[in-house]
Amino acid sequence: MAAITLKDIRKTYGDGFEAVKGVSLDIADGEFVILVGPSGCGKSTLLRMIVGLEDITSGELTIGEKVVNDKAPRDRHLAMVFQNYALYPHLTVFENIAFPLRLQKGKFTEEQVREKVEFAANTLELQDHLQRKPANLSGGQRQRVAMGRAIVREANAFLFDEPLSNLDAKLRGQMRTEIARMQRRLGTTTVYVTHDQTEAMTLGDRVAVLRKGELQQVASPRGLYEQPVNLFVAGFIGSPPMNFLPGEVDGDTLHLPVADVPISSELKEKLGDRKLVIVGLRPEHFEDASLTKDAAEGTVSFDVNVDVTEWLGSDLYAYIPFETHADVASKLEELDRDLDGEGMRTQMVVALDSESRVRDGDKASLWFDPTKMMVFDPEGGENLTYDADKVREVDQQNEQDRKASIQRAQERESAKAS
Amino acid sequence: MRTMTPKLRIWWGVITVLVLVYALFPVFSIIATSFKLPSQLNLGTFLPKTWTWSNYEQILTGSAKDLFLPSLRNSIGISLIATAIAVVLATLAAYAIARLDFPGKRLILTTALGVSIFPVVSIVTPLFNLWRNIGLYDTWLGLIIPYLSLTLPISIWTLAAFFRQIPWELEQAAQVDGATSWQAFRKAIVPLAAPGVFTTALIAFFIAWNDFVYGISLTSTSAARPVPAALAFFTGASQFEEPTGAISAAAVIVTVPVVILVLLFQRQIVSGLTQGAVKG
Repeated sequence: MAAITLKDIRKTYGDGFEAVKGVSLDIADGEFVILVGPSGCGKSTLLRMIVGLEDITSGELTIGEKVVNDKAPRDRHLAMVFQNYALYPHLTVFENIAFPLRLQKGKFTEEQVREKVEFAANTLELQDHLQRKPANLSGGQRQRVAMGRAIVREANAFLFDEPLSNLDAKLRGQMRTEIARMQRRLGTTTVYVTHDQTEAMTLGDRVAVLRKGELQQVASPRGLYEQPVNLFVAGFIGSPPMNFLPGEVDGDTLHLPVADVPISSELKEKLGDRKLVIVGLRPEHFEDASLTKDAAEGTVSFDVNVDVTEWLGSDLYAYIPFETHADVASKLEELDRDLDGEGMRTQMVVALDSESRVRDGDKASLWFDPTKMMVFDPEGGENLTYDADKVREVDQQNEQDRKASIQRAQERESAKAS
Repeated sequence: MRTMTPKLRIWWGVITVLVLVYALFPVFSIIATSFKLPSQLNLGTFLPKTWTWSNYEQILTGSAKDLFLPSLRNSIGISLIATAIAVVLATLAAYAIARLDFPGKRLILTTALGVSIFPVVSIVTPLFNLWRNIGLYDTWLGLIIPYLSLTLPISIWTLAAFFRQIPWELEQAAQVDGATSWQAFRKAIVPLAAPGVFTTALIAFFIAWNDFVYGISLTSTSAARPVPAALAFFTGASQFEEPTGAISAAAVIVTVPVVILVLLFQRQIVSGLTQGAVKG
C-alpha cells in the first residue's frame, strides 16, 4: 500500500516525439485514480512509466516515499492488468495466479501458495476454474484471472491498462462493479487507464483528463462534470456530450443561434471585452416547455425545429441543427477531432423527459436555466465561468465520502473475519 | 464441398495413384536395387530376382564397412552438433530480432538472407585453401562451421517468425510479476516457443545431413567425411562391377531414419513452417 507521486514527468521518444509533457499528479494511499483521454493522449505511456516498462525521460516518480525512476518493474512491487490479459497459455488458472508467488523462490511454502491463490480465486469467483487453461475460458473469466494474478501479490498499487475494452458492453458493466468492489475491499492504491468516460466517471475517486500528453484537469468526477476547466474537458466528460454554441456579445445580451440570453453582471465581468464566446450547455439542462406548467423565473425559452429524435425509454434525445459562427467553427472542428469525433454537421442534442411528445420535424418549445450555462474563451478554450472554490468544495466532500466508504468496507471485513 | 460422384471419385483415385507412383517410384527403385545381387543389376527387372542382404552386409560388416560406418558416425555427430549450435544461436538472435529495435537489425536480416542464397560451390575452393592453411581441413570442426552458414539463416528466419507471434505483453506481465528478463524469457516464452525451436532443429538437421558439396571438398579421409560424400567413393568388388547395390543399400540406411522422423513429426513441421505466415 503506497502513495504514488509524479513530479513533472516527461517522455520523449528517440525520434523526438513528446508523448508526455510534464505531468504532475499526487495519488494518495488507497485512492482510485483514473487517467482518461482520447487515443494518443499519453495515458498508457504514463502508466507504463509508473510500472517501469518505459523509461522516464525526466521528472521524478515516487512510490511510497522512495524515488523509483531507475528501478526495474520487479523492484517496484506493483501489479498490472493488461488490456489483452497477458495470461500464460501453457499454465492452468491456478498456476497463472501462483506465478508471481513462485518467482519468489523459497519465500512461500506450497501450503501458503495454495492459500493465497485460493483467497484470490474466491474474491473473484474463480474457485471452480482453477484447473482449466486460459484458452478454455470466456473473456470475463480471463480478465478475472488477470486480476487474480494482480491481487495475489499484495502489491503496493494496482495498475489497470484499459482492462475492459476487449469485453462486450454487458460484461463491461458487470466487470466494472467487480473492479470497484475489489478495490474497496482491498483498499489498494489503484491507477486505471481508460478512454471510456463512463468508466472514468463511475469508478474513480479522482479523474485526471489528459490531452496530447498534457494534464488538463484532475478532480472528482463531479468536479469535472460541474466545473470543467476548459473546452476539452467539458466536451470529453458527459454523455451525450455538451453542446457548444457560438455566443455573440451585444451589450447586455448574449446572442445564441437559438435564443438570446441576458448577461448578468458577474458574467459581464468574466467576459471582459470579448465579442465572441463559446457557450456550453449540457443536453440535460433543457426542458420541454409543454411538459412544465410555467417556465420558472430567470429561464430562457425558445422555439426550434427538431431534426431527428431518439426515444430511449428513459430519455428522449432531440437533435437540433443550427448555424455556427465562422470564427468558432474551426475551433469546434478541432475539438471534435481531438475527442475522436467525426461530426458531420453542427447540431445540438437536448435530453428531454421521455414523456415529451416532440418528434422528428416538429417545432419544439424548450427552456433552459442560464445559470447552468458555461462560457468559454474561443481562442484558448478556458472556462470563463470556472469556480475554483466550488471545485474545492466538491472535491473535499468527495474525499470525505471516499474515506468513509473505505472505513465501512474495512469494518465489514473485520466483522466477517471475527 | 460437393459430394463426389463415383465418377469423380474414380478420377481422383487415378490421379492420386499416378502422383504417388511418380513421386515414390525412384525411392522404391532404390530400395529394390539394394536387395539385388551385384551380378543381377543389369537384368532390367524392377524387383530383385533373388532377394539378398549381401549389399547391406558389405557396407555394414564387409569390405565397405571402413568407408561407410565411420562416415555414418561423422554425419550423425557433425549434423547434431551443427544443429545444436545453430538452434541456440538462432534462438537468441531471433528473440532479439523479434523484440528489439537496434541499429544494424536490418543489416543482420539481409545478410542472413544473402548468405543463404549464395551459391555454395563458388566459395568451396577458397574455403578449401583456407582450411588447409589453418589446419581445419578434414576435421569435424571444419565441416561444422560451414554447416552453420547453411543452417543459421533459415533457423533465424523461422524462429523470428515464431517469436513475433508471441505477444510481448507476456514477458512484460512476467517482469511486472517479479521476474528478471532471463526468468521472463525462460518461464513465459520458452515453453511457448518450444514447438518452433523443435521444428527449426529438424529443418536445420536435414540441411546439415544432406549437404554434399562441403562434405566432399573439405574432407579427404574417413576422419570427417559425411555419408553423402562417402557414397561417392564406393567401389564394387572388381573393376567391372558397379557398386550400385552397395550405394543403394547405403542410401536406404541413410534415408529411412530421416523419413521416419519426418513422418512422426510432420504435423509439427508443417505448423512450424506455416506459423509465421498468418497472424493469429
